[in-house]
Amino acid sequence: MTQLATPPTETPRSYAAHAQPLWRRALLTPEVAVIVALVLVFTWSTANVQAFDGPLTLYYLFLDTAPILLIALPMTLVIVTGEIDLSVASVVGLSSVLVGLLHQDAGLSIPVAALVAVLVGVVCGALNGFLVGYVGLPSLAVTIGTLALYRGIAVGLLGTEAVTDFPERWTDLAKQRIVDGSSYPVVLIPFVLLLIAFAWLLHFTPFGRGIYEIGLNDEAAHFSGVDVERTKFWLFVMTGAVSALAGVYYTLRYGSARGDNATGLELQVIAAVLLGGVSIFGGRGALHGVVAGVLLIGVISSAMRLENQTVNVINIVIGSLLILSVIAPSLLVRLRSLAGRTRSATPAPPRNDTGEAPVDHEERLQR
Amino acid sequence: MKLHNRRVAALAALVLSAGLSLSACGGDDGGSGSDNSSGGGDSASGTYVFLPKNLGNPYFDTSDNAGKAAVEAFGGTYQEVGPDQASPDAQVPFINTAAQQGASALVVSANDPEAICDALNEARDADVKVVTFDSDTNADCRDLFINQATAEGIAKVQVDMIAEQIGDEGDIAILSAAANATNQNAWIDLMKEDLAANHPNITLVDTVYGDDDDQKSFDQTAALLQANPDLKGIISPTTVGIAAAARYLSTSDAKGKVALTGLGTPNQMREYVEDGTVTEFALWNPADLGTLAAYAAKALVDGDVTDGSGSFEAGDLGEFTAEDGVVLLGEPFKFNADNIGDFDF
Repeated sequence: MTQLATPPTETPRSYAAHAQPLWRRALLTPEVAVIVALVLVFTWSTANVQAFDGPLTLYYLFLDTAPILLIALPMTLVIVTGEIDLSVASVVGLSSVLVGLLHQDAGLSIPVAALVAVLVGVVCGALNGFLVGYVGLPSLAVTIGTLALYRGIAVGLLGTEAVTDFPERWTDLAKQRIVDGSSYPVVLIPFVLLLIAFAWLLHFTPFGRGIYEIGLNDEAAHFSGVDVERTKFWLFVMTGAVSALAGVYYTLRYGSARGDNATGLELQVIAAVLLGGVSIFGGRGALHGVVAGVLLIGVISSAMRLENQTVNVINIVIGSLLILSVIAPSLLVRLRSLAGRTRSATPAPPRNDTGEAPVDHEERLQR
Repeated sequence: MKLHNRRVAALAALVLSAGLSLSACGGDDGGSGSDNSSGGGDSASGTYVFLPKNLGNPYFDTSDNAGKAAVEAFGGTYQEVGPDQASPDAQVPFINTAAQQGASALVVSANDPEAICDALNEARDADVKVVTFDSDTNADCRDLFINQATAEGIAKVQVDMIAEQIGDEGDIAILSAAANATNQNAWIDLMKEDLAANHPNITLVDTVYGDDDDQKSFDQTAALLQANPDLKGIISPTTVGIAAAARYLSTSDAKGKVALTGLGTPNQMREYVEDGTVTEFALWNPADLGTLAAYAAKALVDGDVTDGSGSFEAGDLGEFTAEDGVVLLGEPFKFNADNIGDFDF
């Protein structure tokens, strides 16, 4: 080959991602798969499920999934670093109880009570973040502990009582539509603002690139100048704050502050994040996939309820889907490596990318 | 690796969407049958949706099965939906679904008097009749509440049972729940009035509190028997208390000598009725409650009950009258060795 035939710009890249054309990189991703699935299920349900095309379906869908949508945003960032926060639902419960008590007993107005609740959420998140980031404890253990701790405080503060005496102006606001007759409740406004903020933070800032680096290899991230401790700390503070905000919404939406509000919500959030294509091992994922994941679970539940399926059947379907989405990539790697082995008998030399990929993936699984 | 993952992702996308369409098809197959039946919402018979606090709860299985039999007897379509946990908000999506489907009536036992209120009112705006049973919501969120028993009825049945079991004379004591338990204290006051007025030979010597804690109730029973050797009977107006007291009595010398009655559930009390520790105890019959709720829903749909009042026929249970949005099931139901085998809750 002549010097001209291989100009310097065409030397093989040291990173494999750009060895494929842009459209393949943009479209053949788990995120797009989930979005396609969402569109398919939604279209199918609109055509086939009685009353699904009614005006209430989307409205209820957004009202019901709003807390999950909100918490899934910071949760995505946490899971991309390879950590997890299981205490979010307990923070929702604690925030709900605080809004109720501060409003009823301390006589604070709803915005002030909500602000205090969000500050407490920040403190809850900071405790998680301190223990995970600076002390270096595993987030699974820390947040299982704080899951019990925060829930315990919430139930302890209010017992089995419920505070239901909220001003109608605020409870109505939680359910209000942006425009009368539209399917979009006003809670979508704070969600969209937060979505923009988190998308910018994760995908367009050095801080966000650091999050991916930590997820891929936190030591390497540390040596390349990412402040791993500080990053993790602030991510947990963000989940705490957003969870508390979701707790305020939850309280006003149902007009009821109880210690056991939102029990088990953390699993729905994490399920939706994983379904949205975020790797539980860290290092990969994107917010558009996560939003589609939350909505996909919401649409499936909604359609199946309208088809008179019981909650058990719905749980089985969503659980299977989640497992499928988690194992599909690994399973396909296994299949491809098997296929690659049979192909390697042929004289055609294997492309360098197929050769190295399975090794790399197995390395990641071992981490 | 990245490159590889993208390719893999392409296949993953395929498998995922294949899985989705499969599961969606599954939903279709399962649903097509019920689709036709839920179309019954338009017919004269109507769809009656039962929404218990949670699924897999023997108490609600009993009431909902009776409700199902009643709905099928009058030609309606029965449906049971519900959450897997009795959390305050978990019923809301199911109420919304009933509203979207245009069900005729919704029969619900509320997990929280307030949290499901708005959803119920939205359903009522969509012309779904709402009946609550077992646990009420705020009165402005439902059309009718099926009250299982009144405080007077609950107090009287317990006094009558103890009087019958001890021969209408002697010392008795009460083992209650917490000292500030609203329901129990109201019943105890009514029982005291009833004893003073109608049973002059029975003396209430002590009231102790087991806090609805099994071990504490057990210990309080022991202390009660030690402090009052002449005790003839114990009334425990709480399901935890009566079960703990029965457990103590069944292994003590007092078995068969000290009568025990109160409010209990058949599954907790079965062995003590069978071994003779307890002769008779009371609670309402959840099956009758479910039947009455179904007929009350029908009465609302048919317009026999409007604005919370009117009378209607409830199958084998006879005629009932709604007043101020409440229908009373009637006297508490007495469980004894003859009938306890018929119940599983």
